[in-house]
Amino acid sequence: MSLVQGAHRETSPPAGARANLLAWPEFNQPAVWVVAAILLIMPFIASGFFLIEIFATTLILGTIALSLMFLAGYGGMVSLMQLTVAGFAAYMVAVFGMSANTNISLGWPWWLATPMALVLATIFGTLGGTLAVRTEGIYTIMITLAIGAAFYYFTNQNWAIFGGHTGINTIATPKFWGVDWRSDVPYYYVTLGVAAFCYFAVQYVSRAPFGLALQGVRDNPRRMAALGFNVNAHRVAAYAFASFIAALGGVLQVWNYRQISPGSVSVGACIDILIIAVVGGITRPIGPFIGAFIFVILRTFALDLLVKFGLDGNRFRLLIGLGFLAIVFWSSDGVIGLWERWRRRAADTHTRPSGGHGHG
Amino acid sequence: MTRFIERHPAWALILLIAVAVMLWLILAVWPPGLEEAIGRKRVFLNAVFNGITLGSLYFLVASGFTLIFGLMRNVNLAHGSLYLFGGYIGYAISVWTGSWVLGFIVAFIGVALVGVVLQIVVFRRMEGQDLRQTMVTIGLSIVFADLMLWVFGGDFYQIQTPNWLVGPIELPLVTALKSSGEAVYLRYPMVRLVIFVAAVVIGIAMWLALNRTRVGMMVRAGVDDRDMLAATGVPIQLVFVVVFALGAGLAGIAGVVGGTFQSISPGEDTRFLLASLVVVIVGGMGSIPGAALGAVIIGLAEQLGSVYIPTYAIVVTFLIMVLVLALRPQGLLARR
Repeated sequence: MSLVQGAHRETSPPAGARANLLAWPEFNQPAVWVVAAILLIMPFIASGFFLIEIFATTLILGTIALSLMFLAGYGGMVSLMQLTVAGFAAYMVAVFGMSANTNISLGWPWWLATPMALVLATIFGTLGGTLAVRTEGIYTIMITLAIGAAFYYFTNQNWAIFGGHTGINTIATPKFWGVDWRSDVPYYYVTLGVAAFCYFAVQYVSRAPFGLALQGVRDNPRRMAALGFNVNAHRVAAYAFASFIAALGGVLQVWNYRQISPGSVSVGACIDILIIAVVGGITRPIGPFIGAFIFVILRTFALDLLVKFGLDGNRFRLLIGLGFLAIVFWSSDGVIGLWERWRRRAADTHTRPSGGHGHG
Repeated sequence: MTRFIERHPAWALILLIAVAVMLWLILAVWPPGLEEAIGRKRVFLNAVFNGITLGSLYFLVASGFTLIFGLMRNVNLAHGSLYLFGGYIGYAISVWTGSWVLGFIVAFIGVALVGVVLQIVVFRRMEGQDLRQTMVTIGLSIVFADLMLWVFGGDFYQIQTPNWLVGPIELPLVTALKSSGEAVYLRYPMVRLVIFVAAVVIGIAMWLALNRTRVGMMVRAGVDDRDMLAATGVPIQLVFVVVFALGAGLAGIAGVVGGTFQSISPGEDTRFLLASLVVVIVGGMGSIPGAALGAVIIGLAEQLGSVYIPTYAIVVTFLIMVLVLALRPQGLLARR
């Protein structure tokens, strides 16, 4: 049996891969190619500030929110600890790598510290997920929020490993092949590459047997269990996959800011990730990136905008909160949902004259 | 109780031994060897009392949370904001009128009114969509936090303890023996004990109201099967509003208590939201006795942890949650 399967697998990949590539709807839409091209030539358009503060930050936050989108959209598990997993990875980079806090950092080279951080953060997220799948539905939010908050208070308390409330500063970033990978343009391409990798990984997994089974578990766990699927194993595996994506985002983030402190893993920041995912839309992997873009734009320019309208510039969070409430009230599938509804309506009005009296 | 002993004799024995050890630690005069090993008894007793009184504060916050959750399946993540709002109201009133008790009353009414408005304007529109309700409470908590930061700023406020409650009181618990053989008794802040007694009274009153009155019967029936209760003609929306008001009001009272014990400032909302989450996860969702048990356990763990293992104190709290989830995912005292 295994031999036959092996042979089958050996012959099929070229044909299968080509068929798969064409089957992906992303590659059939001209708009997608335009966006990809713009993202690729962005360093020639945007200056350093925009490149890092807007686009790289969007890609990083989008990647972390993507892990939440994967869990919530395909697994039906709204996890508020994705930023905590990312923050854990960031802390691990700081602890194993090089930083100004020499009494904490072990001083490993980046190519050793980074995989270590990714592995540990994935294990951390998987363990958290194992806890969270002990209960169902709405309880997941409570447990993951409790994990996130506990981690925040722990980093605040603990000086031996996490550097207390001042955190760890001046973390070394990778330099090799004669390139400083933290300088603006290379760093932008690194974040773009990682974000694209995560995006396509999520797309791929969502159509792979595992992803389909996960969506089955989301829709009807009892039926899937009756069909012989191990429901909890699928959920835990989903947490592991999402944790790895979040950890990638966390590593990028710590390379960006070169420091990590409890403020970066606060409960507010955890909730920001949820806001990003929900505002963008948790039905498609592109949603979190749209949400992150809106969030970053608002965060960067809200102050000027509010002041221009004669309001207090510090009320940025109020704006975010109200916007989030509006999205939850009127469009539960976020900006993507709004756009799709608008397109459907446009298509409706377009076809109505020719389609006759089909509406009833 | 007897059923528990019959079904889990080993656990019952372990619990019994733990309680006996705890009682001995509290009541007995410590032998010198023990004092050398884990420090003075006064420190231990203070931590235990702080833990229990902190637990009573947690109970006030978490009982409202669990009541709202049990009846309406609404995980109110804005509960911490209600707590903080209550604290600010209590502070403003006690400064304005100079009356501590009036602060409690106004905080209860004010926050309960906020709860009524929330239930009628927001949550009634999305009944049965628990995920969406939770998202809305998250959004509300952000908006409330920022509004309160706007109005009250980032300062710490402490509510003045009234004169008749200031100062320590001597308790009949021996902390040590002087060399002359004379016993030294524990002195403990009066206001904390009064708060503890008040929390116990509130807890018992709540239990009586739930188990001995007609409205309480409706609430309990609603926790078990909301749709069936509505079908029997009970004005369930009214019950919802009353419960939400009560839960929110309790959070408001807790805010005043917290402002007297400790202080109120931005960020406390998250702290008490986390506390009520953990208490309710440990004790069991929707159960008032569960909230009481969970609150005492978490309060004790937090205080003893911060005395004996200061940099890992939060881990103890967290481990308790993990242990409960691993052994009894529905919580210690939940029925399901």
